[in-house]
Amino acid sequence: MNSLNVNLAGLVLDNPIIPASGTFGFGYEFSKIYNINILGSIVLKSVTKKKLFGNPTPRIAECENGMLNSIGLENPGVKDAVKKIFNLKKIFKKKVVASVAGFSKDEYKFVTEKISKIPNVGIVELNLSCPNVEEDGINFSSKKRSVISICKAVKSVSSKPIFAKLSPNVTDITEIALAAQGADVDGITLCNTLLGLELESKTGKPVLPRKIAGFSGRAIKPINLRCVYQVYKKINIPIMGVGGVQVAEDILDYMSAGAVAVQVGSENLVNPMVCQKIIEDLPKKLREYRIKNISDIIGRSHR
Amino acid sequence: MKQNFFHIALNKKIAKNTFFMILEGRLECVLKPGQFINIKIDGFFLRRPISICDIYRDSIIIIYKIFGQGTQKLSEFSKGKVLDILYDLGNGFNLENAYNKNVVLVGGGVGVSPLYFLAKNIEKNCKSLKVILGFKTKSEVFFEKEFKKILSIHNKDDSFELNYVTVVTEDGSFGSKGLTTDVLKNLKHDYYFSCGPKTMLRAISNLGKDGEISLEERMACGFGVCMGCSCKTLYGNKRVCTEGPVFKSSEVIFE
Ligand SMILES: Cc1cc2nc3c(=O)[nH]c(=O)nc-3n(C[C@H](O)[C@H](O)[C@H](O)COP(=O)(O)OP(=O)(O)OC[C@H]3O[C@@H](n4cnc5c(N)ncnc54)[C@H](O)[C@@H]3O)c2cc1C
Ligand SMILES: Cc1cc2nc3c(=O)[nH]c(=O)nc-3n(C[C@H](O)[C@H](O)[C@H](O)COP(=O)(O)O)c2cc1C
Ligand code: FES
Repeated sequence: MNSLNVNLAGLVLDNPIIPASGTFGFGYEFSKIYNINILGSIVLKSVTKKKLFGNPTPRIAECENGMLNSIGLENPGVKDAVKKIFNLKKIFKKKVVASVAGFSKDEYKFVTEKISKIPNVGIVELNLSCPNVEEDGINFSSKKRSVISICKAVKSVSSKPIFAKLSPNVTDITEIALAAQGADVDGITLCNTLLGLELESKTGKPVLPRKIAGFSGRAIKPINLRCVYQVYKKINIPIMGVGGVQVAEDILDYMSAGAVAVQVGSENLVNPMVCQKIIEDLPKKLREYRIKNISDIIGRSHR
Repeated sequence: MKQNFFHIALNKKIAKNTFFMILEGRLECVLKPGQFINIKIDGFFLRRPISICDIYRDSIIIIYKIFGQGTQKLSEFSKGKVLDILYDLGNGFNLENAYNKNVVLVGGGVGVSPLYFLAKNIEKNCKSLKVILGFKTKSEVFFEKEFKKILSIHNKDDSFELNYVTVVTEDGSFGSKGLTTDVLKNLKHDYYFSCGPKTMLRAISNLGKDGEISLEERMACGFGVCMGCSCKTLYGNKRVCTEGPVFKSSEVIFE
């Protein structure tokens, strides 16, 4: 064991640093930028049953200390994604977290069944911030009932641990997390993007054709950190924290609030070396704050 | 993709709202015409993508226009300021497609910039080289002389007509009045390279000749991981930052 090891639902990670879904592709681009094998793991882009072309452009807008995205889940579809994930083992020697998205319960089930079979997939993360097209089009993560039904369905076909990634855009995040725990998932990821809006100053019209989009980056950290803090008190399965991470201290904050591992999202896009930098800085920070093992601080805010 | 710090050696206004910037640093790689850089500007979350106008030894030269707050801030930076830059981004123009052909370069507004680096690289290999530069109005015109200089070297054996650089303005305040497409239509050529506003690129594509265009799209990363910059092509979605920004004009589906 080294001082950065953590045990995430049975998977021992060299360190708790994991790039977040949608900000690291399938790992190939970053493998040309730095040695990605230093990472704890990688969450891959969300995969749906069929290839998706995504939303009309522009899909990106800038906000103060953050950004909006409305990518619309553009991805190659499960068939091609399985090959990409399988082949990743040639360049990334550790287990990955595969992310599954869908527009119906059956789709989540179908994709999870295929993806969880890939040997180098260690964990499956469910991106539950997708609209339920079979019902009201409202995102799965906003209703206990749909969270339970998807988590149960997926658990029945997966040989790998399941993490439910929840949306922060709800009244009480702990209720949704409890529902997921009740459906036997192995962990919770908190959280996906918030809902945001950017307007053109000149016209007052939305910058993006889809108008409302996912808000991420530095600015959201206090919100997602609060979600981790609240949920940790209520559940007894591991949490991955994500939102606004930029520096090593942010990792310590999320872990203090209760996360076992921490994902880095948008910052990868604008500061591609960020994960490497955090991994280099963490041992220094542990010494500075007199922390022996990083896992010792999980949940210490509550003690 | 590479990341390095460059310092500003020059940041000079060359036309209305248009700046010429020399960035000195260590390149450690060969950059191609049509590629771009992505500049971090203090106080802004996203970087700003800007095309390469020229490379001189280890310096990158860019030309940018003040569009919003980020480029405004860039224009206020003075000599010596250090910038964090991602470079070696995008595919670049296919230089071999100019080989032994009668080539026309068509630039609109600040889109003229990457064509300069291109012109320098292909002038020796193409059969003939002509340039059409389009601007809104006289105060925005730049680089007419610079292109003339390159082309006069190329055309020194006098085997080509003389007016190889044509400037048009929409209001007729400089050069002839009209659009770049008006000129291109009447110019015999085998191949073109173009960069400029989308409406211009669409009009040029619609002329139906063989050529390449450099597209713009809003970007978050600029190196292929966020899927923010997709564009529709005959062969499915492609990323403007990685498979582009240069595309064969016949493959792009304009919406
Ligand atoms: C591959 C590529 C090459 C480019 N080359 C040049 C160049 O050589 N010279 C030049 O002047 N401009 C160029 N542009 C456009 C330039 O990126 C924008 O003008 C600039 O980002 C505007 O930033 P701002 O802060 O001033 O504007 P704001 O409107 O305040 O910017 C808000 C956000 O929108 C983005 N944005 C706004 N307009 C554009 C645009 N047209 N394209 C992409 N993103 C945009 C910004 O990057 C920023 O993220 C290029 C764009 C691309 C994609
Ligand atoms: C461009 C972009 C694409 C994203 N795509 C996905 C996705 O496919 N699946 C998913 O679960 N989350 C996706 N996210 C959300 C991130 O994984 C993360 O939860 C969120 O951005 C908050 O973290 P951050 O503030 O560090 O970016 C995306 C975020 C961005 C910025
Ligand atoms: S800008 Fe991120 S993929 Fe092109």
